[in-house]
This record gives sequence, C-alpha cells and structure tokens, in this order.
Amino acid sequence: MDGSNGNTIGIDEKVRNFSINFGPQHPAAHGVLRMVLELDGEIVERADPHIGLLHRGTEKLMESRTYLQNLPYFDRLDYVAPMNQEHAWCLAIEKLTGVEVPRRASLIRVLYSELGRIANHLMNVGSQALDVGALTPNLWGFDQRESLMIFYERACGARLHANYFRPGGVHQDLPEKLIADIQTWTEQFEPFLQDFEGLLTENRIFKQRNVDIAVVTKQDVFDWGLNGVMARSAGFAWDLRRSQPYECYNELEFKIPVGKNGDCYDRYLMRLEEMRESIKIMQQCIVKLGECKGEDVLARGKLTPPKRADMKTSMEALIHHFKLYTEGFHVPAGEVYAAVEAPKGEFGVYLVADGSNKPYKAKIRAPGYLHLQAVDHLATGHQLADVAAIIGTIDIVFGEIDR
Amino acid sequence: MSEALKDLAAVLEAKQSDAVVSSSIDFDELTVVVTNAGLLDFIDFLKGNSSCQFTTLVDITAVDYPGREKRFEVVYHFLSMVVNQRIRVKVMVEEDEQVESITSFHACANWFEREAFDMYGILFANHPDLRRLLTDYGFEGHPLRKDFPTTGYVEMRYDEVEKRCIYEPVKLTQEYRQFDFMSPWEGAEYILPGDEKKDT
Repeated sequence: MDGSNGNTIGIDEKVRNFSINFGPQHPAAHGVLRMVLELDGEIVERADPHIGLLHRGTEKLMESRTYLQNLPYFDRLDYVAPMNQEHAWCLAIEKLTGVEVPRRASLIRVLYSELGRIANHLMNVGSQALDVGALTPNLWGFDQRESLMIFYERACGARLHANYFRPGGVHQDLPEKLIADIQTWTEQFEPFLQDFEGLLTENRIFKQRNVDIAVVTKQDVFDWGLNGVMARSAGFAWDLRRSQPYECYNELEFKIPVGKNGDCYDRYLMRLEEMRESIKIMQQCIVKLGECKGEDVLARGKLTPPKRADMKTSMEALIHHFKLYTEGFHVPAGEVYAAVEAPKGEFGVYLVADGSNKPYKAKIRAPGYLHLQAVDHLATGHQLADVAAIIGTIDIVFGEIDR
Repeated sequence: MSEALKDLAAVLEAKQSDAVVSSSIDFDELTVVVTNAGLLDFIDFLKGNSSCQFTTLVDITAVDYPGREKRFEVVYHFLSMVVNQRIRVKVMVEEDEQVESITSFHACANWFEREAFDMYGILFANHPDLRRLLTDYGFEGHPLRKDFPTTGYVEMRYDEVEKRCIYEPVKLTQEYRQFDFMSPWEGAEYILPGDEKKDT
C-alpha cells in the first residue's frame, strides 16, 4: 500500500498496487471468506484467503464425545450435501470394527449420497450463474432442491442436518411411498435439466464469464492436490466411486464425465453431466431396493441398537440399548483413513481410535480446503471480476473448510 | 491389494533404509514411520520413483500423545493416482523439534502445515508463510493439544461502553458438563459419586 512495489511511470506519477478485502460479507464469497486481494489495476496479483471465521473446533469437540454423538457434526461440515459426509465417518468406523453393512442399507446410502450430489451440484451451478450475473437458474435450482430436502425430511425427519447414516447401516428403512416418489422425481428431472441448461449453456454472457477462466492443468492437480470435479476437468478420469469403490458402487453402471479444457465452463458442463449420472445411479438403486424389500437396514450387533420389539421382551436387549446410548460402543484401537467421493471431491476421515468409546483423534479432510488454497494460483493474472467466477467454480462451503 | 502394499513396503525398506524406521499394514493401509532427518528424501523418493508415484498429497495432520517422549506424530497421507494406492507416512517429533516443510515438493502442503502449526504448535522449517490459519487473529495456544481445555481460555464479546470487541476469560454459567459413561468395570478413570469417601 505504501507504493514501494509500484511501477514508476513518470517522475511524479506512481502507479501503486492496491489491496482490497474481498468479503467476509461479500455475497459472492459463498459464506465467510475474507480474501485479501492485491491488485494491479484490475488484474489480481496475489490472493490471500483468510479462513477460520466459521471455525467451530469440530475436531476438538469430537475428542470428547462418543462415536455416535459425533455423527451429527458431519452434517454441519458441508451442509449442502450432509449425508455424504456422514458416509465417510460411518465407513471409517465400519473399517475399524469390521462390520458388514446390510445390502438394503448400502443401497439406501448410495441412493441418498447421489441425492446429495444432485443437491450440491444444483446449488453450485445455480450460484455460479448468480455470481456471474444470472439470477433465474439459482431460483430454479432451489425449487428442485426443495423436493430433495423433502426427501431428506421423509427419510430422517430433518430437512438439512440428517443424522441418518449410522455405523452399521442407516437409521430407519425407507417407506415404499417415499421410494416411489423419488422414482417419480427422477423422471421429471431430465426435462428440468434441459430447461435449466437452456438458460445457461449457450448463454453468451455466461460463456464470456466462464470459458477459459481458471484453467486447471494436470500439473496443477498434482501440485495443489485438487480432486473431484476440479481434477476431472483437467482430464483425469479419477473418481473414488470407480477407482477405489466403496459400498455397492462397483455393481452400478454410471459414467465419469471428464473435462477437456479445465476451465470454469467445462466444470459447469461436467456438473450437469454428473447430475444425469447420479439420476441413473438412483434409478438403479430403486430397482435393487425393490428386490430386497423388508430386509433389515442395520447390522445388528454391538454398534447398533436392538430391535424395538426385542426390547419389550429381552432384558439383554434393553441393557444393550441403554448402554449404547449412554456409554456408546467401543471401537478397537487402530487408525484408518476412509474417503468417499463427496460432490466436491475426496472427503476423508482420518480416525485414530484408542479402544475407548471416543475417538482419540479425528481429522477431517475436506476437498474444499485444497481448492480454496489453490485460489491464489488460479486467480493470479485474472481480472477482479473473475474472482467471483473462480470462487463459484471451486465449489466451496465454509462448513467443511473451517470445520 | 494387500500383496501390492507388502511389495511396496519391501521396496521402501530396501531403497530408503536410512529413513524408514518401521512399516506396517493394518486394515489394508500401509503406514511407514520415517525419521525426521530422512523425511525430505523419503517424500522425494515417493513422488519421483516410478513404482510409487505418490504425486498427490491428501492430508497432513498431527496427533498429540502427551505421555510419549516424542510427543507429536506428524501424519502425511499420499495418494498415487497412477498405481491407485495410498500410503501413510509418520514422523515422531518432540515438542520443540522442527520438521522440514514439504512445500517444495507439494505446494498444497502449505495450508496443512499452517494448520498443524496452528492446532499443535509444530514448527515447520523452511515453510514460506507459517502463520496461524483457522484460529482468531492474535490467538494464543494450540487448541488441539490434549492439554488445551475444550472450553478454551478467552471469550469475545462486543463491549457497548468501549465500542469494540473485547476478550475476557471464559465464564461459564454452568460447569462444563463432561459426561463420561465409561463402564466402571471397564477402566473408567473417574470416581463414582459417593465413592469418594471410600478410602478415608
């Protein structure tokens, strides 16, 4: 600011670099991002994101709570697609305890993970459009998201903070009517997506704002640890659902959209395509769910509560239920890293257990964290106005970045 | 999967015998403990060697074991998209010992190391910009250390008189409730209410 690094043009005239604060109350900052931008005219020379304004100390809190009590914290990380986060936590515990998830629960988990992916991409594509000046897509997207929220509510009773996946399965079975309604919803989604695309894909302004902005190369993917859509836009066909399959993804048919140019526009197209693939996965799950009606959705054992009916007659079941919800279950000592392909990229949990009923250490590895870190690299050399487009395309949610 | 990891562990132990302290495979995950001095060479080897190609840094974190002589474990997770493998690398460090920053090999280590510094107070040598990351500006202490209370030490509020935010010691209107439901038969460390008079 003192002009020491400005270029001297004339003898008296000095052009100095200008630092501005982008956020934390900027509507395009997608939450509470404070970014210190150093500008040369309108060109960004350096971007320094200051994060932590939404830091709630999740990892510290988790160390003093039982495994089951920790589950709701995961909803509050990436609150745009809450169940995908819960999934990683459940997988980590299941890996340590060696619990097999029943088939029906596995299908329900995949169904709801994909529902979350659509919810996330709808939000992201809509707000990306909003960031570059189009209001309508965001509203249309929220209309569809509303149906998804209702599906969440009908499954678990909460619109947002689901707390639905449990170590060893899912909390409750889905009613038949709900599954039928999800099927009906998936059928109307493709026409919606075509309408939605009609607003943006060939829109001149949208293209001008997105094409060739924030181009990601393969080297960037390695250097900055990018994953998810960001990595795929650079041409990597890397998706954990395919490359390191978990749950029942290896028996489902779906394609991995891969980008060519690695710019914001590519990522927009890929997100649309991923939604279509998610719809396919959901429909396959619904068919498979029809084949295993009425099966149990919890691996009955130490990790999960006994059946309600058993508790009426069995003393042991009653004791088990009481101990499970007070003391919680014990997880054998060990350490694991479990990751899922969350809508934003690889969401991982590094869990260190010491044999007690609480995690000794849990580290949450959020995809957005690395993407935001790369903003400095991506935004440098772009115009100030492009920063909004870049923040939109890297798909950040502060719940998971600040933790 | 497990066979491939065993081969990889054997290769690492043979080629990087100076650095590797031990290696183990649990839950289909390979963990390699390396010496602090050999860390940089080891990471370089992981990234460059054609049979490893761990080019993606997934995560860096630390674990605090206050009882140990070397208090902290710095834990690195790497991913190889080419070989489709993961590896966990650990370094044990004392409280005031420095760890070499790996930002020269993986640019994204920057924030992870800042976070580890912020949360645990681990110092990374040759880090380009070792500032606090997640905590407040001017925060004191390292929250994820086991000896840091969950409630913290200070709380902030806006003061109407001074017209600014002020920090003051944490005042809890009710005692922090640490529910511990560990079974008394299975190694609970607390004294049950009423049992405190037992020995007197």
